[in-house]
Amino acid sequence: MRVFRLLIICAGLIGIWQAVVMITGVPYYILPGPGRVAIAFNENLGRLFSHGVITLIEILAGLFLGTILGAASALSMISFGSLRRWLLPVLVISQAIPVFALAPLLVLWLGYGMMSKIAMAILIIFFPVTAAFYDGLRRTDPDWIELAGIMNAKPFAVLRHIRIPAAMPAFASGVRVATAVAPIGAVVGEWVGSSEGLGFYMLHANARMQTDVMFAALALIAIMALVLYFSVDRLMTKIVFWQKE
Amino acid sequence: MNDSLSAPNICLENISFSFSGQVIFSSLDFEIEAGQWTCILGPSGCGKTTLLRLISGSLREGFSGRISFDGKERPSGTTALMAQKDLLLPWLTVTENILLGDRLRGSVSSIRREKAVDLISKAGLDGYAGAYPFSLSGGMRQRVALLRTLMEERPVILMDEPFSALDALTRMKLQDLAFNMVKGATVVLVTHDPFEALRLGHRIHILAGHPVRPVDARVPDSAPPRLPGEPGIDRLHAALLKQLNQEA
Repeated sequence: MRVFRLLIICAGLIGIWQAVVMITGVPYYILPGPGRVAIAFNENLGRLFSHGVITLIEILAGLFLGTILGAASALSMISFGSLRRWLLPVLVISQAIPVFALAPLLVLWLGYGMMSKIAMAILIIFFPVTAAFYDGLRRTDPDWIELAGIMNAKPFAVLRHIRIPAAMPAFASGVRVATAVAPIGAVVGEWVGSSEGLGFYMLHANARMQTDVMFAALALIAIMALVLYFSVDRLMTKIVFWQKE
Repeated sequence: MNDSLSAPNICLENISFSFSGQVIFSSLDFEIEAGQWTCILGPSGCGKTTLLRLISGSLREGFSGRISFDGKERPSGTTALMAQKDLLLPWLTVTENILLGDRLRGSVSSIRREKAVDLISKAGLDGYAGAYPFSLSGGMRQRVALLRTLMEERPVILMDEPFSALDALTRMKLQDLAFNMVKGATVVLVTHDPFEALRLGHRIHILAGHPVRPVDARVPDSAPPRLPGEPGIDRLHAALLKQLNQEA
């Protein structure tokens, strides 16, 4: 049902797009119609694929590392009160700086390769994961903690068996948000400076007025982001199986 | 019950406790008899749950006085708690929830697992060992909470209105099950329900007043668990309600 609804939404959007092109008579190098983009997609399939793989790797690596780092910082903040007092302001300050403004610096420091894009994705992902997971860890039902205390549980056992599982729904929300924003980090990183990836390919096509190719790359990014989001969403639903929809 | 620890009597002496500037207990003396069901009635907010938390050791600060078990300091691993909320962990199965204490202490063993399975069958939950709490009814969940409490094998069992959220029939069944399964332990049952106290209590105390004082209430001569139709119960029920009303 969900897939069916998604297909209808996509078909509707493509229909509106086609209608706009037909009614306004806008030139194809400003806004190509869906048909033209489909042809461009087909003609450049090989290049789209090879650049797409690069972007996908950057997104996945960023998502993976960003989630691990975010989870680790949330766990250390909940475990060590003194660390929390130092780390929390740093986190807030880090969010006050627009991450996109850092992109040129990251390219300067980490080079034109994948590393700067992965770092960019990590920077974007880190905060929503940390914030959501930390919040979940903090809001464990105090009655569970009291029960565990009467059962003579050590703090680490309480963290492992009660606090962390209890925070999983919040963690899952954080990871969902992270998954939605991860592609932004990778593509922005590619725009600032790179020699491969879909972001680079879009700039490359833009410079040659190949607007249809740009749209084809954009479509591929959207498809990748959607597939990734729904896969992660499914995985998270499985992990927090006890939570009702 | 635990072989090493027999059910102790519990003595609260000269207990004073204030919360947000309000005096809850002032020089309170209270004794709970070993191996019996002591029921505590009283209006909401009179400090019944606080009393349980003092006994369980959850409340460590902010009070003065002495709490002793058979005249000694509370030995570690003396009390188990069953609350109004079942407090089952939704990500653990029935068996895993029953073994929560062992899991937390890192002492799950095949012998303990067998014991859990045995308890599950005694409580009439056969077939639900691997089920998750969200698939159980309220009564079944509270039965699992009872088994988790029993699995701790503690000589003192503290119950904080564990049956109050259940319908009348389920409540009666669970009261009987609890009474029969915890035999031998010192039980302190906090309840809102005078009838429940009359069914289960060897002793009934009413907590009331500012600061709170325990007042004894009359208990039927027969041994608990008592049946609803037993002679004298209705009369005592009426008397108890009247007494509660006066104390409040």
